[in-house]
Amino acid sequence: MVELSAVDKTFNQGTIDEKVLFDGFSIKIEQGEFVAVIGSNGSGKTTMLNIISGSAAVDGGKVLLGGTEINGMKDYKRALRIGRVFQAPAMGTCSSMTIWENLSIADNKGRPFGLSFGLNRKRKDFYRSQLEFLGMGLENRLDTLAGALSGGQRQALALIMATLVRPELLLLDEHTAALDPKAADIVMELTDKVVKEKKITSLMVTHNLRYAVEYGTRTIMMHEGKIVLDVSGQERTDTDIDDYLKIFNEISLEKGNSL
Amino acid sequence: MIESMIIGILEQGFIYGIMAMGVYITYTILDFPDLSVDGTFPLGIAVCFVMISHAMDPWLALLAAFAAGCIAGAFTGIFNVKLRIRNLLCGILTMTALYSVNYGIVGKASDFLGMDSVTIFSMTERFFPGHSALYSKLAVIIVIAIASKFALDWYMRTKSGFLLRSVGDNEGLVITLAKNPGTIKIIGLSIANGLVALAGAVYCQYSRAFNVGSGTGTVVMGLAAVIIGTTVFRKLKFMRVTTGVLLGMIVYKACISIALAAGLRSQDTNFMITVLFIVTLVINEFFVKKKKAGVKRNG
Repeated sequence: MVELSAVDKTFNQGTIDEKVLFDGFSIKIEQGEFVAVIGSNGSGKTTMLNIISGSAAVDGGKVLLGGTEINGMKDYKRALRIGRVFQAPAMGTCSSMTIWENLSIADNKGRPFGLSFGLNRKRKDFYRSQLEFLGMGLENRLDTLAGALSGGQRQALALIMATLVRPELLLLDEHTAALDPKAADIVMELTDKVVKEKKITSLMVTHNLRYAVEYGTRTIMMHEGKIVLDVSGQERTDTDIDDYLKIFNEISLEKGNSL
Repeated sequence: MIESMIIGILEQGFIYGIMAMGVYITYTILDFPDLSVDGTFPLGIAVCFVMISHAMDPWLALLAAFAAGCIAGAFTGIFNVKLRIRNLLCGILTMTALYSVNYGIVGKASDFLGMDSVTIFSMTERFFPGHSALYSKLAVIIVIAIASKFALDWYMRTKSGFLLRSVGDNEGLVITLAKNPGTIKIIGLSIANGLVALAGAVYCQYSRAFNVGSGTGTVVMGLAAVIIGTTVFRKLKFMRVTTGVLLGMIVYKACISIALAAGLRSQDTNFMITVLFIVTLVINEFFVKKKKAGVKRNG
């Protein structure tokens, strides 16, 4: 489905702050997988997502989507096939537009944005049912500005918007990190439902160890631009939170990185 | 005296109001401080002036001016998006270049339309001669301004308009919708400057004159109207922002007229405009802060 092959990435090249993050980094994600990625700060989790989405360029190696190389493809062109939910809830919605308007533009992804009427009236009931699914009471607030919603509500809306037109790949960039624990649980639960229901191949970066263990089909731990743990299937079922913590602490102590 | 003063305020208010709607697109929606306006307003005058003096259809002249403004606005957008020049500088570059372009279109620094040239006001003036001609002229201006307002309102409700509204607010969202935000910015700047040039063209037929320097201060005037329109009239929920902007320009023109009538020397108006502008900005800032504080309290 998506593959990074021998990718190199260096920040601040040629300066005193030069930092080599990826040196021949490779990862392959199969169709239908729901991958959870954990790792310390600066381990390259978010950079990996940026490289896939096209918001960061690679210095070497290949980025493949569905078997075709997409190295030179612009981010907005990749977005036709890739959906993304960001850490900041404000990033996934337009605050000066209503919930209904937000859903309408998200629903039009991949089709021309011409001079026809912007609000999608035919699908109003469908949008209602999607919002009802959230259990946040948003189904009766279609005319409320997205900017007036709480962080959890906005992130839930952003998730629906990112998957309304089913993407081939969904990137979740610490999308629960900016929410309070209760809202984070709701959004995570909802993510799991949507991903399973629509069968979307997903790559989720998270700071929450529990989410990385409980949700998804494969868990990856990254450290300083390398994959230090990659478990799926039976092996994953046999690994529990304490095992992850042990590895995590070992790395941290070894490298002087603190939790 | 009072009657002609009020008519004058309304005429100028509605003409410059069309321009202010263009400034509203760039300043409020796109968050792009576009100074090309000081060049595209006289561009509209120049294009219209040449067409009218060649006895072409005055309505066609409005359309041509709009198109010319769109092209100039697109250049500002391309400077910013494709050449990656800082947004403030892009407008200054377009404005500076347009000074020469406008001069070139007309061929001299200032000129007047001949007495026999046909404008959009000629027909109504024939039907309503004498004193009522004053009102018919105002009516034509109001119809054009209101039509522009409704056209803009309609555009903002289309799919393309939705993208324009989201690009200033959240460029990242536009990217995730698989659209190039740069292209949308160019389209927005294009429409905005089209409206500004259209206002220039109406002003040309209204004043029957061209002056290459007539664009100076246009953007400040437009910004003042936008800020008055979006702060003072924001409370009236039933009203669209575009209506507020039109009214904002009328309020602005009224203030200037009253100040002049009260004895302000015309050479001092620019100073007063600046003071008025700063005052409205401070008020705006005050309102925004209050609003943000309110949001925090709720969240």
